[in-house]
Amino acid sequence: MFYIYCPYCGEHREEEEFHPKGEAHIVRPEDPETCSDEEWGDYLFFRNNPRGIHHEMWVHAVGCRKFFNITRNTATYAILETYRMGEAPSITAESRDDRASLDAPAETETAENQEGVRA
Amino acid sequence: MSNTVDDKIKTFDTRTTSRVPVESPLTYSYRRSGAPAPGKGSGAVLRERPFLGHLVLRGGAIVLDEALRAVLDISLPGEPQALVVDASGERSVQWISPDEWLLIVPGGEEFELENRLRGALGDAHFAITNVGGGQTVIDLEGDAASELLMKSVVYDVHPHHFPVGKGVTTVFAKTSVILRRPTETRWELVVRRSFADYIYRWLLDAGEEYAIGVER
Repeated sequence: MFYIYCPYCGEHREEEEFHPKGEAHIVRPEDPETCSDEEWGDYLFFRNNPRGIHHEMWVHAVGCRKFFNITRNTATYAILETYRMGEAPSITAESRDDRASLDAPAETETAENQEGVRA
Repeated sequence: MSNTVDDKIKTFDTRTTSRVPVESPLTYSYRRSGAPAPGKGSGAVLRERPFLGHLVLRGGAIVLDEALRAVLDISLPGEPQALVVDASGERSVQWISPDEWLLIVPGGEEFELENRLRGALGDAHFAITNVGGGQTVIDLEGDAASELLMKSVVYDVHPHHFPVGKGVTTVFAKTSVILRRPTETRWELVVRRSFADYIYRWLLDAGEEYAIGVER
């Protein structure tokens, strides 16, 4: 079980209160009338399935019922951050790569595993 | 008082003066599952407070706060999970989500209050919904009440984490409730009418070890 921080409720809540809602930051083609079938198909049906950092949309279904975003490591299940709709993530796959070269890798990994996971 | 909103929105009083039989959401449960009388050894006492006026207010916090102060002299809780109860303890406003509040007033007051709020809000962007028919309030009191809740909700009800004046929407058994703590000794569960029987039976079962009693 996870404790997930809801940015609207301002506190950690049980995982049971939340639902995942798929990939975040999917941008609708600006002009659907003129975009190609491939672009539209990508927008509708195709999702990333990365190993590592992934940005996801979740909803606090039993609670404030607001949608928000989670940055999660799909390999370790560690939740790295949660942020409101319309905000940009501070942790991305690129920023993680930069950090990994600066920090000692072993330490980062432990901290990642602990964050968001119930003791 | 001129009320421009009245031309656009039709409101009606859900309580009629005609003689219609009214039953509380737990009437069926009392008959079907019984209601053990509270005794000296009861660690928890359950009491339903049916037929209250429940209004859901949606909109911007600032305009709603101004209207609520003017009409009811209660300030809108701006902080998440906050619950504000007036001096009499009969009227309360609870934060539900960043743009949603639950207002509970004594039964019969809600229609007049709704109209006065609509008047005070004027052309602001808001919604007021009467949800009194869809939910009911169950009170829990007694030394074992918090222990009983620990068995039932996923939320941490320890006094350090759940002080007086807090209210949350959370998972209760296999359904959801709005759990609030208006006073030191009393817990309130705002439950859906259709789940009231399930929650009542759950509480009777979970409270059996504390000799739970039902006040009617």
